[in-house]
Amino acid sequence: MSADTVSKILRTVSREKAFYFFTSIGNYTGESASSLKEFMGKINEVNLKSLEFHLYRGDFEKWISEVLQDEELAVEVRKLQKFNLTGDALRNQLYVTVSRRLKRLTSQPSPTRI
Amino acid sequence: MTRKQRNFYIFPTKNNKFKHQSLDIGREAEITVKLKNNTLILDITDLKILEALQEDAKQTYMAIGKHLGIAHSTVYDRIKRMEQNGIIKKYTALIDAEKAGTKSITAIMTIYTDPKESEKVAETLGSAPQVLEVYTSLSEELQIIAKVVAQNQESLHDFIANSVAPLPGVLRIRTSILTKKFKETQFSIINDPKRLTFIKGTHNIKEEK
Repeated sequence: MSADTVSKILRTVSREKAFYFFTSIGNYTGESASSLKEFMGKINEVNLKSLEFHLYRGDFEKWISEVLQDEELAVEVRKLQKFNLTGDALRNQLYVTVSRRLKRLTSQPSPTRI
Repeated sequence: MTRKQRNFYIFPTKNNKFKHQSLDIGREAEITVKLKNNTLILDITDLKILEALQEDAKQTYMAIGKHLGIAHSTVYDRIKRMEQNGIIKKYTALIDAEKAGTKSITAIMTIYTDPKESEKVAETLGSAPQVLEVYTSLSEELQIIAKVVAQNQESLHDFIANSVAPLPGVLRIRTSILTKKFKETQFSIINDPKRLTFIKGTHNIKEEK
């Protein structure tokens, strides 16, 4: 993966493109994430209902794919839907999936000049 | 000659439905509408004309005049005066959206905001075509209350997630989708709370002597 692609995925997006956590239709929690790193942190903070609401609507994978443009992580998050996880099990699994991906991206060797 | 100020009382009938009696033309009652540069006084005839227009704004000056027992030219003059002074803001049609074949949902949004940003949030909401009404309310936290329409729940959520939540100063949002309408009415001059007092045990409007 090129350094450009990695930095694109890890960038901070504008507030219009940020992810806004809701617990149901129209009920905004006040929590938002503007980068993958911030998103990972919010997984441990937001109401469990919010994680369940967004995972099964496909909102997480959509934001990761369309805004962060990380197809690989979007696919991994989509797979979580199949396990019908709820509550803390969902929170833990989602956190593990995102943090693993973030670790891989941040540990990519930077390109060396010849 | 000093004009008397009259208060009107209203209360439910036995079957718990509200009833009012018509105001009598010629009686000396008045309300005062303060305008920027001068003061316009509405008398009982003006109020009766407003009541008639609120009942059916399409009726002719002739019909209103006949109903109230006054000349149609008087009706015309008074309506023009009230239009010019902004008391009559506009004439519009009440549409039954369901019968018109438009399927939509209506929701009430309560938006908790940072006080510094609330005016801007309210103004931005007001410019959105989906938003029908916007209010600020007095409570411990500053709230903006907005009535919003959308084609379905999904488009309602998209609007709130993409256009409301990202506004600077929005702290959180609570939304209630309305399911059944029990009453909808326009503000009526007859129901002006400044002129009506709710008294237990009576049945009709009564004038205070």
